[in-house]
Order: sequence, then structure tokens, then C-alpha cells
Amino acid sequence: MIYLNLFITFFKIGLFTFGGGYAMISLIQTEIVVNKQWIDAATFTDIVAISQMTPGPIGINSATYVGYTVTGNVWGSALATFAVCLPSFIIILLIALLYKQFKQNRWFNAALKGIKPVVVGLIASAAILLVTPDNFVDWKSWALFGGAFVATWWGKKSPITIIIVAGLLGLLLY
Amino acid sequence: MNIYLQLFSSFAKIGAFTIGGGYAMIPLIQREVVERKKWLDKEEFLDVLAISQSAPGILIINISIFIGEKMRGVKGSIVSALGSALPSFIMILVIAYFFENYKDNEIVARIFQGIRPAVVALIAVPLITLSKSANLNIYTSFIPIITVLLIVLLGISPIWIILSGALLGLFHFYFTRR
Repeated sequence: MIYLNLFITFFKIGLFTFGGGYAMISLIQTEIVVNKQWIDAATFTDIVAISQMTPGPIGINSATYVGYTVTGNVWGSALATFAVCLPSFIIILLIALLYKQFKQNRWFNAALKGIKPVVVGLIASAAILLVTPDNFVDWKSWALFGGAFVATWWGKKSPITIIIVAGLLGLLLY
Repeated sequence: MNIYLQLFSSFAKIGAFTIGGGYAMIPLIQREVVERKKWLDKEEFLDVLAISQSAPGILIINISIFIGEKMRGVKGSIVSALGSALPSFIMILVIAYFFENYKDNEIVARIFQGIRPAVVALIAVPLITLSKSANLNIYTSFIPIITVLLIVLLGISPIWIILSGALLGLFHFYFTRR
């Protein structure tokens, strides 16, 4: 039963991800942390951090990780990863068949135009939902948040640099 | 070398060496499939990219399925997608195994206590650039605000909001065309 549940959940995530990795975060979070409660918000934040430091897309990384923690074995990982990719197979193969018509489809583009502002809201929700007592334990957490924000926005530092420095500071401060 | 093996190894290479995902991968994919392998010309690549970005799902998986299909049909698409997913799958599996056993270790816990707020900042920063590229105006800027309220306060699934956004786009087009 847990396998079927895992499959359906990640299939849904694959099917409704528009606007890339960060938009996917709020979808994964609502499904896995809020609804199914397979992992808590702190663990989910850790997965996002690990995804940023390791190669590969966050969708694959979370599917693999969550599949493993939920079932405790490799098959859970493989099933969740397969499920998150399956909608892409169906949709891209369909599009490849109807390539020409699809490219100029004004209805499809109109729908996408409506989704775009929603994606902005999805990413904002992902950030807000991660502001939990586990992730922000004291004023030092907020200082780290502020520092990371400034370094990314004005300093144009890469996510890897930010995560490594924040990890070292965590070791020093806590 | 066998074409299936080439597809697999090209996408495995892309999957193994792009950290940060998404848009960081695009120049690497282009160099591999357009310049080195010459599977597509630049024009075709831009088409593949545009369609893969607008279709739902993971960008690199969509791109590899599309290119694999162009080269060798469904079999080609399976081999390519497998190639791009396998490196992160293996790596995360190893990390998950160790992390589940060591996350209560005092040093690991302290490191991640520092990392967590930084991750929230990493997610918050792209919001600024994204709001610009979504061309928000007085009317459309209500959409992200309502989205946040529905998700954060009412716990509504993003799926319903995405579907509503698509419908809104369709209505808008229906009533404003010609």
C-alpha cells in the first residue's frame, strides 16, 4: 500500500510541476510534509540543501531520498523516481508526435501565461512554509538567513558556496 | 560506439556534472548535443528547450526524453532519461543511507542547523528575478498573493491553484482575442 501511495504522490508531483525546481519545492512540500507527513519540515530542508550541493535536479533527488526514507529500501527510491519521471514520458512523447501543431498552439500558451504568476506564489509559499521553529531556532538563524540572502542577491555567490559557508558557521555558532 | 550507449553516456555525463540543476544545465547540454555530438542543430535545440520548459516535469528529464525520441524513438527516450537520472539517483541513495544514520550526530546536526536558514534564503532570492520575468502588473500581482494565502493559510494543494491559473489564462485569451 505504501508503494502505491508513493507512486501516486510522485506521479502527481511530476505531472503538476511547472516552472522548474524551486516551484517544485512547494508542491513536494505540501504533498509530502503537510499532507502525507512522511518527513518533517527540517528533514525536507536538509534534502533541499543536499540537492543544491549534489548534481542533478531537485525532483529526482527528493524522489530518491523520500522513497528511501519512507520504505527503507532501494525499491522505494526507484519507484518514486520512476513515478516522478513518468508524466514527462507520456507528455513529451505526445508532444513529439504533434510537434508542429503544439509549437504554435495559442490556447496552450494562454494557459501557460496564467500559470506563470501562480509559480511566483508557489515559490514564495515554499520559502514561507520552511520558516519553522526547527529551521529558525534563534536570532542566529535569522542572521544566517539575512547573510545568505545578501550574499546571493548582491554578492552573486553560488548556492554551493552559500551552503558550505553556512554549514561552517553552524558548526562555529551552535 | 552504439547510439544507445552514446545517448546514455552523454546524458549521464550531463546529469553527473551539473550542480544546482535546471538552468545551469542548459549550456552544458547544448555543448554536448549540438556542438560535440551534432544530434541537433542550434535551431532544433532551441525548439526542444522551449517545449521542454513549457511541459510539466523536470527540465533535464524532459529534454533527454525529447532528444532521445528524436534520435531513436521510445527506446532512445528511455535510455536517455535513464542516463540523466542515474547519477543523482545513485548519489542521493548513498547520501540518504548515511544521512539517516548520522543526522543525529552532534557535528552533523550543528552543520545543518546553520545550513537550513541559508536554504530558505536560496529559495527566496529567485522570487525577485521571477516576479520581473512573469511581467506582474496591478491585476496579475494579486495571483501570487492569493496563491500564498491559499497554500500557507488554508493548506490548499498547489495542484488546484495551477489548474485555476491555467483556466484563468484560457478565459483571458478567449475574451480578449481578435
